[in-house]
Amino acid sequence: MTATAVLQIAYYLIILLALAVPLGHYMARVYTGEAHVAQRILDPVERLFYRLAGVRTDDDMTWQRYAGAVLWFNLLGILAVYALMRVQDALPFNQSNLGPVVPQVAWNTAVSFTSNTNWQAYGGESTLSYLTAMLALTVQNFMSAATGMAVLVALIRGFTRRSAQGIGNFWVDLTRGTLYVLLPLSCILAIVLVSQGVVQTLSPPVNTVLVDSSASAYGKGLLTQIIALGPVASQIAIKQLGTNGGGFFNANSAHPFENPTPLSNFLELESILLIPVALCFTFGAMVRDRRQGWALLSVMFLIFVPLLAICVSAEQAGNPLFASLGVDQHAGDLQAGGNMEGKEVRFGIVSSALWAVATTAASNGSVNAMHDSFTPLGGLVAMWLIQTGEIVFGGVGSGLYGMIVFAIVAVFIAGLLVGRTPEYLGKKIEAKEMKMVSLVILVPAAGVLIGTAIACVVPAGTAALGNPGIHGFSEILYAFSSTANNNGSAFAGLTASGIFYATTQGLTMLLGRYWIIIPILAIAGSLAAKKIVPPTSGTLPTHTPLFVLFLAGTIMLVGALTYFPALALGPIAEHLLIAAP
Amino acid sequence: MIVNSFLLPRPGGTDPVGRPPRAERRHTPKVDTSGLYRRALVAAFRKLDPRVLVKNPVMFVVEIGTVLMLLATLAPDLFGPGQAGRGYNVTVTLVLLLTLLFANFAEAVAEGRGKAQADSLRKIKGETTAHRRRPDGTIEDVGSSSLHKGDLVRVDRDEIIPGDGEVMEGVAYVDESAITGESAPVIKEPGSDIASSVIGGTKVVSDHLIIRITADPGQTFLDRMISLVEGARRQKTPNEIALTVLLAVLTLIFLLVTIALGPYAAYSKVPVPLATLVALLICLIPTTIGGLLSSIGIAGMDRVAKFNVIAMSGKAIEAAGDIDTLILDKTGTITFGNRLAADYLPVGGQAERNLAESAMAASWQDQTPEGRSIVAMSARMGLGDRAEWGAATGIEFSAQTRMSGVDLPDGTSIRKGAADAIKRYTIEGGGRVPPDLDAAVRTVAELGGTPLVVVRDMTILGVIYLKDTIKPRMRERFEQLRRMGIRTVMCTGDNPITARVIAQEAGVDDFMAESKPEDKIRYIREEQAKGKLVAMSGDGTNDAPALAQADVGLAMNSGTHAAKEAANMVDLDSDPTKIIDVITIGKQLLITRGALTTFSLANDIAKYFAIIPAIFATGFPQLQALNVMRLANPESAIVSALVFNALVIPALIPLALKGVKPRVSSAEQMLLRNVLLYGMGGIIVPFIGIKLIDLVVGLAMR
Repeated sequence: MTATAVLQIAYYLIILLALAVPLGHYMARVYTGEAHVAQRILDPVERLFYRLAGVRTDDDMTWQRYAGAVLWFNLLGILAVYALMRVQDALPFNQSNLGPVVPQVAWNTAVSFTSNTNWQAYGGESTLSYLTAMLALTVQNFMSAATGMAVLVALIRGFTRRSAQGIGNFWVDLTRGTLYVLLPLSCILAIVLVSQGVVQTLSPPVNTVLVDSSASAYGKGLLTQIIALGPVASQIAIKQLGTNGGGFFNANSAHPFENPTPLSNFLELESILLIPVALCFTFGAMVRDRRQGWALLSVMFLIFVPLLAICVSAEQAGNPLFASLGVDQHAGDLQAGGNMEGKEVRFGIVSSALWAVATTAASNGSVNAMHDSFTPLGGLVAMWLIQTGEIVFGGVGSGLYGMIVFAIVAVFIAGLLVGRTPEYLGKKIEAKEMKMVSLVILVPAAGVLIGTAIACVVPAGTAALGNPGIHGFSEILYAFSSTANNNGSAFAGLTASGIFYATTQGLTMLLGRYWIIIPILAIAGSLAAKKIVPPTSGTLPTHTPLFVLFLAGTIMLVGALTYFPALALGPIAEHLLIAAP
Repeated sequence: MIVNSFLLPRPGGTDPVGRPPRAERRHTPKVDTSGLYRRALVAAFRKLDPRVLVKNPVMFVVEIGTVLMLLATLAPDLFGPGQAGRGYNVTVTLVLLLTLLFANFAEAVAEGRGKAQADSLRKIKGETTAHRRRPDGTIEDVGSSSLHKGDLVRVDRDEIIPGDGEVMEGVAYVDESAITGESAPVIKEPGSDIASSVIGGTKVVSDHLIIRITADPGQTFLDRMISLVEGARRQKTPNEIALTVLLAVLTLIFLLVTIALGPYAAYSKVPVPLATLVALLICLIPTTIGGLLSSIGIAGMDRVAKFNVIAMSGKAIEAAGDIDTLILDKTGTITFGNRLAADYLPVGGQAERNLAESAMAASWQDQTPEGRSIVAMSARMGLGDRAEWGAATGIEFSAQTRMSGVDLPDGTSIRKGAADAIKRYTIEGGGRVPPDLDAAVRTVAELGGTPLVVVRDMTILGVIYLKDTIKPRMRERFEQLRRMGIRTVMCTGDNPITARVIAQEAGVDDFMAESKPEDKIRYIREEQAKGKLVAMSGDGTNDAPALAQADVGLAMNSGTHAAKEAANMVDLDSDPTKIIDVITIGKQLLITRGALTTFSLANDIAKYFAIIPAIFATGFPQLQALNVMRLANPESAIVSALVFNALVIPALIPLALKGVKPRVSSAEQMLLRNVLLYGMGGIIVPFIGIKLIDLVVGLAMR
């Protein structure tokens, strides 16, 4: 890595931490109902919502009721998005006169945005009306993120409460997360992005004459161009902050109206990891042991930083086949060097690689460069970060609850190794928790493995491929990894809007979201009912470097053992092929 | 109490009753292990029955794989074209069968040991004839197995006691060596809590006893012990269930990984024979821990039984490993229970030697441990036997006078006793109380001792410091417990001053002074409310509620029936400190499971490096870069990984049966050590093992 790369990454991480620490503690106050600044101003709004919906703030829900509320609310979200897309031609704010979205894409997109995946089977500016973008996509960006955070908070309550029946009230958690965290942050970011040139308008697309006319592939003269516009900034802000990732434009954050300048790029990049990192501090504050939050965050960094270094190095090193042709791929004053295929010149190698690693570590899925064009090793890093279960930062809420599940597994094995029934944060880990934990680990893995296997053998699966052979396999593997783990980024090269992919991936997204949320809430309920065991010197501490290493090792071992054969046939085979032809 | 055999504690750790140290009086019944391995071998085949194996998800998958491979061997075209040669199929089938047999063998050996122990216990039990007393007083002879609770039986000299019971009439010596390993016969008599209970299968060696039976058929100690060691009713413990869940889900994931590999290979147009997929699956699933899991549990119960402890369930043993607080009685557990002479404090300007000599004289005829210890202490000062002491008139201790002593033939009278009693006696006899006496008495009291004042011919000579002596190595054991995170609490009827001194000296973390049985229960409840697990050992009737309240209660066999009923473990040797051994065994069980699980999973890394390049040797020649072990050829690589996988099981049988030795160290240190040993070891060992096997197999397959 070049010195600039190291500096750039260091700045990124330092500013990230500086912003996340206060935000994390603020969120802890929001969710525990302690007094905070925003509440003084917005409290009447919050109470108005409760009055309208008939919600009692002191109505403590059992885990079953909480899960029921989550599922009903999300089902409603899916139906609303689907309906809006199917009738968008009859509704206002359809400035480009677009027709209704085809059923399989509408279904896929509805599931995708409600489940916080934001896989883009749609084409953005060429598929959705402004109204659909605002009312369906942007609203779900807020709701899916707030749902993830609510489920996390419910799980944390499982640890903090003793001998309790309830794990909190979903409606209250949902309202507070949206009103006090997501809305204020999104408003600020949207305004700053507008200042950088991200568009925010309801005017129709602009039809303009080309400065330099050219010819199409059919030899027809191209004289004009349609420049798509829309309410972009408002959607992009929450798309980045809520680990959603579904772009307004098809090109996502590589599009100049979504991400015009290096500063907008930097801010959007910080926004990807901001809330997931901050939630670690929220966790520490809520369990009244900040070291626990730092420990989980350290595990995330311990996996993130080396993988980031591999990705940046691989992209900077470029393609070995070009090197053998005598192409100069070194970074210099006149060129970025390395593998610039599929990357925006205004972002370069480091910002593109950093974005790719951050967006796949977090389950954001927005892109500012095309992952399909990354070197095999660079692509491997992105793919494997998704496959580890989106727990290294992961989605807002969902990443940390996934990490806590792995912490439970690590505590279980470590507990055996020290000869004590395992305890995490004073709660005994027993068969019931292990059953739920097993589901959380099994479901996404099953989604990826079975989905990829089916796509490999059915004609509809292979026909949609842009590239044959090894790279095509990577594209399929990436697509199913992305949907089953609710990431939403794509390796591209794969036509995902056909019936086969749109439906199967809609299913994997549903499974990967709700078959995690249900067991997580079951764990929360089971833990809340237990006593808290006070730590003794025989208790294994879960905040020490040793435990951090053990947990990171457990995550990497499970991830490696589950995906090694698939990765060997995809990116690893491709890398070895070009590295030693 | 056998008062005559009193001896001062020796460094070797012999207790005052003169029994050898505990290590030397482990289990008694002669266990016949001849033919154990032959029987286990037979059982290994019998356990191939799928109805048995289905209870173990990991090994059941191996069995299905074996059946598939058997079919592929018999009919190679059954699973489509592109299958491997018959020789390869046969090899894979055989290695899989071997894997199953090894796992079954491990379980059979563990069970066999238990059975052998149970058999020897059954021999003791046998069917004997009991003389049951009818309500009208006449005697009828019935089989021992038809005795019920409440029946009265008469047992004569040289007869076997037909069942557990309580002595109602008679005094007799009983030989309990068959059960407890205590070779000296013990006296049994009605009335006292301790000496009135008898165990079925022991033998009356003098006189006769009338016994009221206290256990229904099948519920006696022997019955419980037999079912314990045999593992007949062995239920999976909660922790074992949780681990089985984890292993099952890992197996399921690896099943999906392997099944998905077929389509991947089809996409890449590389045919993968069934044999290879099955081999990969079996290598990946955690067969090592899956195959040894039940052996670990059975062996754990067996180890507890070897310590002469009867546990009511495996759950109780594992719970012992989790204990946070341990409550122990002071008397008899932490201390010997006898106050022994520790020092002389002369008063009124008397010489110490003078005091020592008079104290010795006053105690010469005193056979209590206190008296013997005073004689022994004076003897160590070089004082010796005097003829007139033997001829003296002994004055017995009585509750009224609260003193004892001797009147020598020359008229000298010597008394020792409680301070106020001696003071009154001296003043009434015209003597004088030295001004420094009260100070000396207070000093002893503050040290936690009992002061005995000695007076000769109305002249007060000084004070004997009697001290409650702590058993050897107790401090060290409490220190070990503390490092394991277990808090020890001493419970005593002594006053707080005495209790504090003993507590400090013994090194316990807390004490309850002047404690009544209700205090114990209250303390246990308070600890449990804080979420702690509490263990205690006890023997008296009034301990029963506390034993029942505690999470782990260890009752002494010498204790009352009520206590034994309430506890979840009974120690046949009546050694209250044995609870510490049970805690260790509980921990050991978990550690062994954890170690083998970690090892099993860590092994998979090397197996991938062996098998993945082998599977795609033709389709993706570039993947040979992953063949870091440089294995000879694809078939040899796969077979070597599979053979390694099978051989690991028998190689680890000794570890599974003996258990990983728990270290006395903090949880953190223990984790580091075990992760390095079983985690890192688990990564490295198979690389070496598979390479070595490949060197042999590669030659054979060339």
